[in-house]
Amino acid sequence: MNIEIKDLHFTYPTGLEALRGISLTIETGEQVAIVGQNGAGKTTLVKHLNGLLQPAHGHVLIGDWDTGKHSVAKLASRVGYVFQNPDEQLFSKNVGAEVAFGPRNLGFSAEQVQALVKDALALTELTDKTETNPYDLSATWRKMVALASIISMDTPIVLFDEPTTGQDAVNVARIANVIAELRARGKTVITITHDIDFCAENFERVIAMSQGIILLDGKANDVLGQEETLATTYVDPPQLTRLGKRLGFRNTVRNQEEFLNNLQGLG
Amino acid sequence: MAIVNLQNVTYQYPLTDVPALQSINLQVEEGEFVAVIGPNGAGKSTLCYTLAGFAPHFFKGELTGTVEVAGNESQNSTLSEWVLNVGLAFQNPFNQISGAKYTVFEELAFGLENIGIPRQEMKTRVQDAMKLTGISDLADRSPYSLSGGQQQRVALTSILVMQPKVLVLDEPTSQMDPIGTREVFGVIHGMAERGMTVILAEHKVEWIAQFADRVIALKDGKILLDGTPAEVLTSPLLHENGFGISRYTSAARQARETGLWRKQELPVTLEQAVEGFSSTFAKGEEQG
Repeated sequence: MNIEIKDLHFTYPTGLEALRGISLTIETGEQVAIVGQNGAGKTTLVKHLNGLLQPAHGHVLIGDWDTGKHSVAKLASRVGYVFQNPDEQLFSKNVGAEVAFGPRNLGFSAEQVQALVKDALALTELTDKTETNPYDLSATWRKMVALASIISMDTPIVLFDEPTTGQDAVNVARIANVIAELRARGKTVITITHDIDFCAENFERVIAMSQGIILLDGKANDVLGQEETLATTYVDPPQLTRLGKRLGFRNTVRNQEEFLNNLQGLG
Repeated sequence: MAIVNLQNVTYQYPLTDVPALQSINLQVEEGEFVAVIGPNGAGKSTLCYTLAGFAPHFFKGELTGTVEVAGNESQNSTLSEWVLNVGLAFQNPFNQISGAKYTVFEELAFGLENIGIPRQEMKTRVQDAMKLTGISDLADRSPYSLSGGQQQRVALTSILVMQPKVLVLDEPTSQMDPIGTREVFGVIHGMAERGMTVILAEHKVEWIAQFADRVIALKDGKILLDGTPAEVLTSPLLHENGFGISRYTSAARQARETGLWRKQELPVTLEQAVEGFSSTFAKGEEQG
């Protein structure tokens, strides 16, 4: 299911012009990371994809649905959104009920809901915590509950807002696994992140935003190598990208494998 | 003489089965900048709370051993006395803001009001601290109208105005973008340079490597490693125990297997990595 954004503008009631002409196509099954400084318009853009915000000008198509003509509730069957702070979306008395809430509201049958919940809990390694109250879990596991409660809705498009904030290395790897599995299932994944190394290692396409416009959009290696342009939106290239540049690599590298391959080429 | 002295400290929260900290021995010298790393659940925040007296004074639970700062024992003090010894900036700034004040300026003066600082001195201290953390332009804003990164800076500033003997920071940049992180590390580094004792719980190892004098690695409530940033941050134990490590360390470790990293010690920062890999390269040319 393609996403089509045409000349999108949005101004908050305070007068802040958060988006100033965004045009963008995201194809089915793409894995896209959106980067840029605080206030660049990343969250404002993503909130247009499930109808939480409506364009002041331009429009947003999710498949054949114009977000202006469908309710947020209806769009929820196509676009799942994992908030930055899990505490803003969790409310049920146990993990199983939390994860079942979404698919039940989308009208799946009881058996389907059961299967979707089981799958989402397995994917997020929460199966042994099904009966636990989400608020008895650590913040790390509450984050996984938030992921599971969206994954269980089985939407073709999944949005993540800063999934790795405050997570340790083990849980970042767990979240990367979830994203890899969603990719294998053909889902479109769009992630806002400040974690540029996580972005480099898990996403094929990167969009850099600044002050309400798209600064760069392309293959991860092409975007992440543009140190000077990224600096204008306060993004540093990934660690190994910077190291490769300093060592005089001709190619832009973004992960350990690419780095070591290029290093061998030098010797 | 150590300004912070923890002797055999074990602490258990109420209604839990396992102590969050187990037999911790830790001495920190005056003016030292100590970073504490560890996976989620390792006890980093609990260590911060223990140093700040919140454990056990606020959280209750059971603490054994002794927590001593500047010669005073936490167990023999009240929390309101203890705040003059140790200032703690919380991981989540929303939990720290008083909710009783309409502006950032008043929020920052709140702690000073409570310890009876004269009005004129209060003003000066608030203004100086705001300048130091770069938030003077937020003085008249409501603490609740700020972004996560801005609130985190207000939380840090509200501790600095108290001029505690020891500054304890629990992941002070978790809500910030890279530029905010850089600025806050600049502020913390400045405090350390002026001789403030700083204890910082933090995940961002590249920053720790640049600024900290010493690193403590916590795992399951115990101290796993305690040493210089170079020793601790490149230890093979870190990766095995689920700690985050620098990509430079990880890449150099793998490169070493094929002879492409020849230095004894592994890098943690960009500069160390550039230097080490460049030297491999230079030697290669000599041999050729």
